[in-house]
Amino acid sequence: MTTTTAAPDRAATRTERGSFTDLLHAEWTKFRTVRGWVIGMVVAALVTLLIGLLSAVGSHTSCNGGPCHFLYPVGPGGEAVTDSFYFVHRPLAGNGSITTRVTSLTGLLPTASNGRVHAGQGPQSGMHPGLEPWSKAGLIIKESTRQGSAYAAMMVTGGHGVRMQYDYTQDVPGLPGAVTAASPRWLRLTRTGDTVTGYDSADGRHWTLVGTATLPGLSSTVQAGLFSTSPAYNVTTAQGLLGLSGTGGPTLATGVLDHVSLLGGQPASGWSGTLIGGGPSAASPVQGGGYHQAGGRFTVTGSGDITPDTPGGAGPGQTLDHTLVGAFAGLIAVVVVGTMFITAEYRRDLIRTTFAASPRRGRVLAAKAIVIGSVTFAATLAAAVVAVPLSSRLLRDNGNYLYPVNTLTEVRMVAGTAAMLAVAAVLALAIGALVRRSAIAVTVVIVAIVLPYLISVTNLLPAGADQWLMRLAPAAAFSIQQTIPNYPQAGNVCSVAGGCYPLAPWTGFAVLCAWAAAALGLAVFLVRRRDA
Amino acid sequence: MSLASDTAQALTRPAPATAAAGLRDTLHAEWTKLRTAPGTAGLLVAAVALTVAVSAAAAVATRCPAAGCGQDPAKVSLTGVYLGQVVVAVVAVLAISGEYSSGMIRTTLAAMPRRTTVLAAKAVLITGLTLAAGILAIAGSLLAGRLILPGHGFTAAHGFAPLSLADGPVLRAAAGSVLYLALIALLSLGIATAVRDSAVAIGLVLGLLYLFPIVAAVVSDSHVQRHLQQIAPMTAGLDIQATTGLRSLPLSPWAGLGVLAAWAAAALLAGGLVLRLRDA
Repeated sequence: MTTTTAAPDRAATRTERGSFTDLLHAEWTKFRTVRGWVIGMVVAALVTLLIGLLSAVGSHTSCNGGPCHFLYPVGPGGEAVTDSFYFVHRPLAGNGSITTRVTSLTGLLPTASNGRVHAGQGPQSGMHPGLEPWSKAGLIIKESTRQGSAYAAMMVTGGHGVRMQYDYTQDVPGLPGAVTAASPRWLRLTRTGDTVTGYDSADGRHWTLVGTATLPGLSSTVQAGLFSTSPAYNVTTAQGLLGLSGTGGPTLATGVLDHVSLLGGQPASGWSGTLIGGGPSAASPVQGGGYHQAGGRFTVTGSGDITPDTPGGAGPGQTLDHTLVGAFAGLIAVVVVGTMFITAEYRRDLIRTTFAASPRRGRVLAAKAIVIGSVTFAATLAAAVVAVPLSSRLLRDNGNYLYPVNTLTEVRMVAGTAAMLAVAAVLALAIGALVRRSAIAVTVVIVAIVLPYLISVTNLLPAGADQWLMRLAPAAAFSIQQTIPNYPQAGNVCSVAGGCYPLAPWTGFAVLCAWAAAALGLAVFLVRRRDA
Repeated sequence: MSLASDTAQALTRPAPATAAAGLRDTLHAEWTKLRTAPGTAGLLVAAVALTVAVSAAAAVATRCPAAGCGQDPAKVSLTGVYLGQVVVAVVAVLAISGEYSSGMIRTTLAAMPRRTTVLAAKAVLITGLTLAAGILAIAGSLLAGRLILPGHGFTAAHGFAPLSLADGPVLRAAAGSVLYLALIALLSLGIATAVRDSAVAIGLVLGLLYLFPIVAAVVSDSHVQRHLQQIAPMTAGLDIQATTGLRSLPLSPWAGLGVLAAWAAAALLAGGLVLRLRDA
C-alpha cells in the first residue's frame, strides 16, 4: 500500500528534476512558432540599426561651409584632451625635484549680464576679477611641450584646494582651502625614473605625500617648471525640450610663485616661457598668457585647461553612444514581445495547459525569462554590432568628430546595450505576469525605462531631480552606454544629453537588474498563489 | 454566424431610419460597453491623479532663485501631462483592442454593421471622457502650481504673477493641454484600430511620442533637429504649454497643437480604412 503511493511521487520528482531543459525547449518552441513574436524581435533589431543610421545621416557638422579638421590632442591613455596653459620651464635630465611656494592665485572672468557674456576684444576688456573653481597654477613635470604629452603636476586651484593631477585623467586632492599671502602653499614634485611623486606643505618644512604618478616610458630629459591656466567660464540655461543653451567665455588665472628651486642633473640653463596650445581653439580659447620674473618671484598668467576633453564642454564632438540611439526603438519592440510572451498565454488560456503540464509555476516563469532574455540578447547584439561601426563611419563622413573610445569600453557599450534590452524584456515578462494585461504592462515598462531618460535629456526637470530619477528608475541602465567617464576635474556639468550618467556603467545596469529581479520574484509569488 | 446575426437583426428590428438615429444608438451601445468595461474608470482616475501628482512634484523640485531665471511657471505646473498622456493613451487603446482580444468586436460589428459609425462613436466618447478627465487633471495641476510655486521664488519680486486662468497665455496653456490629452487619445484610438493588438498599439503610440525627442537630442545638425521637433507629435503638441520664450519655440503654440491634430486625424483615417477593408 505504502509502496504504491510512494512510487509515483518519486517518479514525479525524478522527471521534474530533469524537466527544466524540457521546459526551456517547450518555451523556445512556443516563441519560435508564433510569427508575431519572431517578427517583433526582427523589428527590434532592425529599428535599433536603422534609427541609429538615420540619426547619423541627419548629423552634419561643417566649419565655415567646408569640412572641419579636428586636431584634438590625444593623451597617453588614447582619450581626447585639452592641453593649453602657460608653461615657464627648463629641462630636467634624469632624476630630480622641483619645489615652490605659491602665495596668490587670482583671475579674471568674463562679465555677464542677462545670461549673455560680453566678449571683449583684448584679454582685459569686459572682464572682472574672479576665479573659476578649476583655475590652477603650480608645478608641472611634462614629457615635452607637445600637446597631449604625459605629465604630472602639483597645483593650487580656485575652489578645490591643492591637487595633484597627472596624465589628464587622474586627480588626487591635497591640502584643502584657498591660497593667500597669509596661508601660502608649498608644492614639490620629485621624479625618480618613471614615477613622479607630489608633496604639499603649509610651511615648507613639514611635507605630506599627496600622490605618486607612474608615467610609463617617460624620457630621461623632461621639461619641469611652473604653469598657470584657467578653464572657460560657462553659463548653461535649461530650455525645456529645446535642450541646453550655453554662453561663456575664456578666463585668465595668475599665480604668484617664489622660492623656486630645481634640483637635478642639468646644467643651469635659463627659464623659458611657452604658450602650450597657443592660439584660440573652440574648446578652450587661449587669449593671453605670459610670465614675469622679478628676483625669485614668478608671476605666471595662463588660460585654457589640462584635462580630458568631455562632451559636456564646448567642443563639437559626438560620443560613440549616439550610434546606439536606435536602442530606444528596439527597447519598445522587445518590451512588447516580452509582455506578449506571457499575456498572450493568459488571453488564449494556453496558460492552463502550460501549468497543467508543468505544475511548478516558478520554473515556468524562469524558463520563459531565460528564453526571452537570450533571444533578445542575441537579436539586439547582432543589431548593435552592425550599428556601431556603420553609424560611426557615417558620422565621420558627415564631418562629425567622435570622441575616441578604447576597445574595451566599446565592447562594454555594445554588449551592455544588448544585455540591457534583454533584462528589459525580462522585466516586461514579469510585469506582464503580474498585471496580465498587455497594454498596462507594456506602458509601465516603457514609461519606467524611457520617460526618465527623456526627462533628463530634454531638461524638463531641474538638474538635481532628474539626476535622482536616473539613479533610482530602471532608466539608470542607460549608463552602460557611457563611453567617456565623468571627470569632476574637467568642470563640466554631467548631463545625460552629454552622454554622462550619475551612476557608473555597471551600477546603473545593476539597478535595472534589481528591478527585474524584484518584479520576477513578485510575479513568481503571485502566479503560484493565483488561479491561472 | 455573422450572417445569422445579421439576418436576425434585420428581422427583429427595423433598420435605423436615419444616420443620426444610427449614430445615437451606436453611441449608446458604445457608452454602455465603455462604462462597464473593467478598468476604464480606474484608469481615468489614475490619469488625473498621476498628472496632478507629477505636476506638483515638478513644482516642488523647481526653484527660481533670482529674476530672469528662465523658468516658465505654467509649463512647470503642467509637467504631469507627460505621464498623464500615457494613461489616456492606454484608455483609448483598450477601448478598441479590448474588443479584439475578447472577440467582442464580431458581435459589435454584427449588431452595428456601419463600421465607420462605430469608430466615430468610440472617438466621440473617448474624446468626451478624456476632456472631462483632462479638465480635472489640468485644473488640479494649475492649482498645485499656484499654491507651491510662489514659495519657490516665483514671486512678484522675480517678475512672476500667480498662475491665473484670467491670464491669456496661461489660459491657452491650460485649455491647450486639455485638448492635447484628447488628441493623444484620438491618435491612440486610431493606431489601435489599425493594429488591433493592445500591446503592439501602445508600443507604437509610445514610440511615436518618445522617439522623436530622443533622436532630436542626439542629432548634431540644428536644422534636422528643428524639423524633428516640428513634426514630432509630442514635442510639437506640447508647444501649447509655453507661456514665455515663444520666439525660440520650433512652432507657435497653436500650430504645434495643429501638428498633433494632423497626426491624430491621419491615425483615425488609417484606423477607419483598415476597419472597413479588413475582416474582423
